[in-house]
Amino acid sequence: MLFHDTALIYGRYLRQSLRSRFALLFGVLMPLLYLLFFGPLLTDLPLGGKGSSWQLLVPGLLLQLGLFGASFAGFTIIIEKGQGVVERMRVTPVSRLALLLGRVLRDATVFVFQAVLLVLAAVVMGLRAPLAGVLIGFVFVALLTASLAALSYALAMRVETPQGFGPTINALTMPSMLLSGLMLPMTLGPAWLDVLSHLMPFRYLVDAVRDAYVGSYATAHMLYGSIVAVALTILAVTVGTRVFRTAGA
Amino acid sequence: MAIISTAGLARTFQTKRGPVEAVSGIDLAVHEGEILGFLGPNGAGKTTTLRMLTTLLAPSGGAATVAGHDLATDPGGVRRACGYVAQSGGVDTQITVREELVTQGRLYRLDRARAAERAEELARDLDLTELLDRKCAALSGGQRRRLDIAMALTHRPKVLFLDEPTTGLDPRSRAGLWDLVRRLRDEHGTTVFLTTHYLDEADALADRLVVVDRGVVVAEGTPAALKLEYGGSADASLQDTFLAITGRGATPADTAPVAV
Ligand SMILES: Nc1ncnc2c1ncn2[C@@H]1O[C@H](COP(=O)(O)OP(=O)(O)OP(=O)(O)O)[C@@H](O)[C@H]1O
Ligand SMILES: [Mg+2]
Repeated sequence: MLFHDTALIYGRYLRQSLRSRFALLFGVLMPLLYLLFFGPLLTDLPLGGKGSSWQLLVPGLLLQLGLFGASFAGFTIIIEKGQGVVERMRVTPVSRLALLLGRVLRDATVFVFQAVLLVLAAVVMGLRAPLAGVLIGFVFVALLTASLAALSYALAMRVETPQGFGPTINALTMPSMLLSGLMLPMTLGPAWLDVLSHLMPFRYLVDAVRDAYVGSYATAHMLYGSIVAVALTILAVTVGTRVFRTAGA
Repeated sequence: MAIISTAGLARTFQTKRGPVEAVSGIDLAVHEGEILGFLGPNGAGKTTTLRMLTTLLAPSGGAATVAGHDLATDPGGVRRACGYVAQSGGVDTQITVREELVTQGRLYRLDRARAAERAEELARDLDLTELLDRKCAALSGGQRRRLDIAMALTHRPKVLFLDEPTTGLDPRSRAGLWDLVRRLRDEHGTTVFLTTHYLDEADALADRLVVVDRGVVVAEGTPAALKLEYGGSADASLQDTFLAITGRGATPADTAPVAV
């Protein structure tokens, strides 16, 4: 039943995404602009680490795409709560977990689609990276997207208005982006900033994806990144499930 | 045998300004095949009671069974047995009537073919056939209400909860809805639990009335019995009866609610 219901909810929301093709493309616009107008600034800078500046920047942009796309996912559920769609579904026998998972899988799918576009654009700009590394990168960021989307839906179920939701999300995503070294490696900065950034879970993910992009798969970064990604996913789905089981209370 | 029975059903909301006791303890018994009118002034706790009885909201006290299923221990059973039309409806305005009806069928675990068939049947029953391929945003208020009801009937529920189903409908749509409710009861034995602020509607449609105020039941009986007991005579208007019971009028839906 969980599988049937998840597939049903996934289908409903994937169709919703496909109806708004503009939003689908708009989501990639910001990282794409960074790629076009910020990427070329880095090509000749000494950034440390192996590989080209593209192998460093693109993983960061992928995480940025996942971070912003997924954090705001909850907005859609606030709208649906207002329309009464959420309660209408919750009076049916549909699995509560499926209401969450169907949406989260939709978000992961949309993300992968956007990520492929971004990477293709990066290849045109000059990115060269091993295919296996690129695929590993997608897995990491898909997990991040799923986790953040689940947390975003959980928060959105609990707040009453978009006015309460937007500022909270902004206050969380901006520092996360800056402190994770998504644009430039944190190792370039002073030690205190580097230390602070290690408190951000995204820091471990971006380090892992950067290693993957230069073909180093058996590294400490990779190990920590995997642990953080899996832990974050488990945490997010647990929190999300709990909220979706009791929502309305 | 009561198809719905509640004992001390209560719900307190915790808000920033302190607790709000929306429903303070409701004892009810609704018989199978009955049309029950659930009346009460704005804020009396009607919607909150309905949300508890349909498993949307966990009670903070008391217990209830719906169609033999306990609210606390068997919410799945309750959900399979009842249909619910919320006060504000529940369709996504960006998708078509057909897609909503089919999805609803699928949520009630019909297979694809059955769900498509059921959507056609419901559209026929509720006069929505011409509108099937329209977006929900392009429906009039009355058409939208019929769609909400069609969705709640997808699985032929034993118990149907309707929260102000006729608010905003023109007289003809309202009469159509009354016919539908009576037909559901007569042909399928459906128990209908409905709230309304239109006392003529309650008078015409309900077998029995339950009046709540400030979260408790303050009167119950057939419309005739209530008129006799509270209105002073069998020909008293239900309006006067209602006023006598609650000490204030039922808020007419077309004026702004009076601050209480
Ligand atoms: N989520 C909530 N949080 C806090 N208070 C609430 C909540 N929902 C309802 N209430 C309060 O509980 C009381 C009962 O509300 P309810 O919606 O059940 O009334 P009602 O009888 O349906 O009224 P109406 O006729 O206006 O629809 C009201 O005082 C309302 O403000
Ligand atoms: Mg109400």
